[in-house]
Amino acid sequence: MMELVCPAGTPAALRAAVKAGAHTVYCGFADETNARNFPGLNFSREDLAEAVQFAHVHGAKVLVAINTFPRAGAEALWHAAVRDAEQAGADAVILADLGLLDYAAEHHPALRRHLSVQAAAANPDAINFYAETFGVRRVVLPRVLTVAEIAAINSEIDVETEVFVFGGLCVMAEGRCSLSSYATGKSPNMNGVCSPASHVVYAEEGGELAARLGGYTIHRRPKDAPAPYPTLCKGCFTSGAQTGHIFEDPVSLDATELIPQLAKAGVTALKIEGRQRSRAYVAQVVRAFRGAVEAQAAGQPLPKSALAKLTEGQAATTGAYAKTWR
Amino acid sequence: MPSDAPRIPRPVGMALRPLPLLPLSRFLQSVTTRMIKDHPDMLRRLGDYAGRRFLIDITDLPYVLLLCPAPGRMSAHRRGAAPEHDVRLAGPLSHFLAMMHGAEDGDALFFSRDLTVEGDTSAALALRNAMDDAELDLTEELAALSGPFASAMREACARAERFTGLHLHRTDPFGELI
Repeated sequence: MMELVCPAGTPAALRAAVKAGAHTVYCGFADETNARNFPGLNFSREDLAEAVQFAHVHGAKVLVAINTFPRAGAEALWHAAVRDAEQAGADAVILADLGLLDYAAEHHPALRRHLSVQAAAANPDAINFYAETFGVRRVVLPRVLTVAEIAAINSEIDVETEVFVFGGLCVMAEGRCSLSSYATGKSPNMNGVCSPASHVVYAEEGGELAARLGGYTIHRRPKDAPAPYPTLCKGCFTSGAQTGHIFEDPVSLDATELIPQLAKAGVTALKIEGRQRSRAYVAQVVRAFRGAVEAQAAGQPLPKSALAKLTEGQAATTGAYAKTWR
Repeated sequence: MPSDAPRIPRPVGMALRPLPLLPLSRFLQSVTTRMIKDHPDMLRRLGDYAGRRFLIDITDLPYVLLLCPAPGRMSAHRRGAAPEHDVRLAGPLSHFLAMMHGAEDGDALFFSRDLTVEGDTSAALALRNAMDDAELDLTEELAALSGPFASAMREACARAERFTGLHLHRTDPFGELI
């Protein structure tokens, strides 16, 4: 059966994920070392130790995302995160930065290393470099590849691959996108937040909901229309004669229907995005995908996804996997 | 589109309008004090946001509630006389209760416009995350406040839940491990 890797922003969400059928749960510490550094979210050292114990008792694994890029002079924070993840009994760490990978390989060789999507390793040469140099055992592939490209990559590498199948859709080459910085001064790469809530303002204006990021109006939505989060890559802009979502519509990824093709392409694990979401989201999405991977393993038809109401824009796409971009 | 979740009938809301607020505020204060005492991690998760003032605007009731987590205070106010606040969360009672009990996702309610956030968006997120992790259960809090009548309170809450369709206890749909 394909491995289901599920998000947890809190210990309660981790328990919900395990109970709903997650094979593996990923989470992060409550600081800038992980790419979901949101208010009220994430794990203390004590939280993580208890969560690992709970997961292991119930046969699930825990991965710790330490996937931002250490600031010069502040590397100790990231080094401590790797050390504490190992001490808590984590099954692997998810890293993006070359220096941090080198540190982990040298000082914590027994701790399994996965390559974060933030590293944007999108071809066999890059992946083989990470595997040979730092002993990386699994690569989370960027969300810009087609299924055919994933199959081509898998035929030329020896490490496992993990791909996103559900949740917020980053349409840029992750780890290299600084759009959020232009509007807010903060980015997922350095601060662990894309379009941070501290810079988001919603206002009802003339019957419309205006969503602003760092003072820039990103959306105006009529009454009762779905309200997206104001991220620049899914904003509404005017370019020449065209006004609309120039980069991408405010939709989320749902690749349920592609699970058989992803299995055939040699993918080991399927990842669900959403550490910033509630335990209700985690429970519903994980349960649905557990049913899907079980059906796939048994050679049965996949259940139809009914998760649209949980997604941004209340609409889903198969993203780059099926390559239907403008 | 907003969902068709249960709403407090308009006549009920109107009938509640003239009632005095002091008993409601005292009741809310008792529940809040108990919840904060039982779930100290909520304040830890809130961090600096515990000092913010959250206006909870229950759109199908004639009241707004002011929650101040750091001093552990909660009070009811007339909608036309809302006190100063840092962030306003607005929506029907059913959604607040469903979110509190882990039955509905706050982001999804926001995307569908069932829930509105105005003001300090970070504070709203921090509160949502802190409450979600606390796995609150209103029925159990009320039972604990009811002393020897705890089981009668649980039964009353279960009846009220069946009658109104509101979520009054913690949802644990996958309580049994699969």
